[in-house]
Amino acid sequence: MNTIDVRGLTKRFGDKLVVSNVSLSVKSGEIVGFLGPNGSGKTTSIRMMCGLLKPDEGQGQVLGYDLIRDRLHIKSQVGYMTQKFSFYEDLTIEENLSFVARLYNLKPIARHTKETLEKLGLYSRRNQLAGQLSGGWKQRLALAACTMHSPRLLLLDEPTAGVDPKARRDFWDEIHRLAADGMTVLVSTHYMDEAERCHRITYISYGKLLADGSLKDVIAGAGLHTYTLSGPNIESFIPQLQEEDGVQQIAPFGNALHVTSTNHRALKRALKPLEEHSDIVIEQSPTSLEDVFIKFMSDSTDNMQ
Amino acid sequence: MSRILSIQRLIAMLIKEFIQMRRDRITFAMMLGVPLLQLVLFGYAINNDPRGLPAALVSLTNDPYSRAVVSALENSQYFKFTVENASPSEARRLLRKGEVTFVVTLPSDFAKQAEAGTPNALIEADATDPAASGAAVASAPAIIEKAVASVKQNNPKLKQDLLRTSTTIHRKYNPEGITQFNIVPGLLGVILQLTLVMMTSIALTRETERGTMENLLAMPASPFEIMCGKVLPYIAVGGVQVCVVLVAGRLLFNIPFEGGMTLLLSSILVFVLSLVLLGYFISTIAKTQMQAMQMTFFFFLPSLLLSGFMFPYAGMPVWAQTLGEIFPLTHFLRVVRAILLKGAEWNEVSSSVYALMICVAVLLVMALKRFKPTLD
Repeated sequence: MNTIDVRGLTKRFGDKLVVSNVSLSVKSGEIVGFLGPNGSGKTTSIRMMCGLLKPDEGQGQVLGYDLIRDRLHIKSQVGYMTQKFSFYEDLTIEENLSFVARLYNLKPIARHTKETLEKLGLYSRRNQLAGQLSGGWKQRLALAACTMHSPRLLLLDEPTAGVDPKARRDFWDEIHRLAADGMTVLVSTHYMDEAERCHRITYISYGKLLADGSLKDVIAGAGLHTYTLSGPNIESFIPQLQEEDGVQQIAPFGNALHVTSTNHRALKRALKPLEEHSDIVIEQSPTSLEDVFIKFMSDSTDNMQ
Repeated sequence: MSRILSIQRLIAMLIKEFIQMRRDRITFAMMLGVPLLQLVLFGYAINNDPRGLPAALVSLTNDPYSRAVVSALENSQYFKFTVENASPSEARRLLRKGEVTFVVTLPSDFAKQAEAGTPNALIEADATDPAASGAAVASAPAIIEKAVASVKQNNPKLKQDLLRTSTTIHRKYNPEGITQFNIVPGLLGVILQLTLVMMTSIALTRETERGTMENLLAMPASPFEIMCGKVLPYIAVGGVQVCVVLVAGRLLFNIPFEGGMTLLLSSILVFVLSLVLLGYFISTIAKTQMQAMQMTFFFFLPSLLLSGFMFPYAGMPVWAQTLGEIFPLTHFLRVVRAILLKGAEWNEVSSSVYALMICVAVLLVMALKRFKPTLD
């Protein structure tokens, strides 16, 4: 049985349709990246899966518990890390952890707290107020707190926003360690490098599942062809390239331009005139995940518009 | 362009402030509602020279003099005989319960004494609130003497000599008319209400505003556990406040402690419970701490004016009295004053304690119903 199996999740806030018909399956022990544009209802979907919101429509099970009826059971076996730090800033690190230990009825409380502190490497700073921690440490504390009760499923909502690369890498090492121990992880993110660290990627845009599979599968499935153009003052060619039907995306990367299209022949035709410029280097390059996502985003209509 | 004042920049600030003011509906409603509320309450309900105070009549006689005196007292508008033909013991019980402010006794020899020039009426006043009874008590002898005189004029055979003051007045429960005796027990209720409702009203909104609510709800804590966890600490805070006010009341103001301590403390506990639940209920409605504060004050102001703390309850018009009944403070003031000043027993304060218990039950149900275990 899958750890998460939900079908047709729909949520409205007043008149606004926030999540429309989202279906999702996550196998046990997987790390699944949950992607989609802003406002596509990722946070709301995650909140529905951990029992924080009641779906208006749809059904399914999480950890074998019914999404609608067994919310309290789900809560006790799921770890949920919120987007914004939501532990108590006016409590010390230790006080926060023992609060969590007590709520989940972890006994003995002192031992669980101490072990978590030591694992975090925060034992010496245990009496510091949580609010004084830097962004990276807050995030590590939050992860430690929401995995303290050894949940079988971990739901992470954009966990590494505003965290430096080192802390982010440490964070992901920890996620992979937890997954290796059998924890299932669903993580929503906007960062490509984070998506690339997942076993599987699910891209949802306004209720539609646009891609589902490993990184390689998703990139291959998008059917995009990419060329990298480099040379002096390369940006000046952007207006010219935008005119071409064969070019679907142009993205500047430093001194280079990534030019992408689904139609390989049309793309080559469009790039032909640039070959006359001797100082411009044109070479085919691998399509990045970002290019794929931007294609998805421009294909689907944004419901904010 | 001036460095200190640019009209352009000032206008930008003003526009922004007005937009924000308009968006915050509750604040806007408060700004319009509070002055209106104050105006109506102060204007119509509050009366520092209260009329129509409830009185019991113990008339052991029926003669032209007593009839004239009763109607003269009623015509003065100070006295309203809600109970006539009461027995002396029944009348005294009503006075202790606070159902009447006065007991007017006309003895069996009243007519004889009146003709002799010494009408011997007895007025017993509940002086716990000196302001409420003061004016009525002060005017009563003159009213009685005038009534007697007008009856005697009809009978020229009687000696029409000037009457000397012969009405007996007993100011009961607070014979010296010490205002503090009335105010300090009342302050106990007001202090408890102000701090406890305010502190508990931000209980949930603080979590919501800081974003910790999401986390709390994601963890397995039931609504009842959250409510008790939020409310119980403030019951302890209330306990400390009660001790401070009672001890200070005794040491600084010499407040009498006529009644039993157990009854007093258990009544206070019921009142404190109703307050923390009220605050918690507010916090299930308010979206921000600011709104919670405003709602608290919106509640606080009328309860202060209509409960009988600042102005005599008996002197308010009926609609204001009815409105006053919804505030726990109103019932608590009756209980605490009756116990401390009059030494009231359980059966004399039970109806007010029951009213407080109903407040607790209603608020408990409403708070649990309002609390959402999800973020919906």
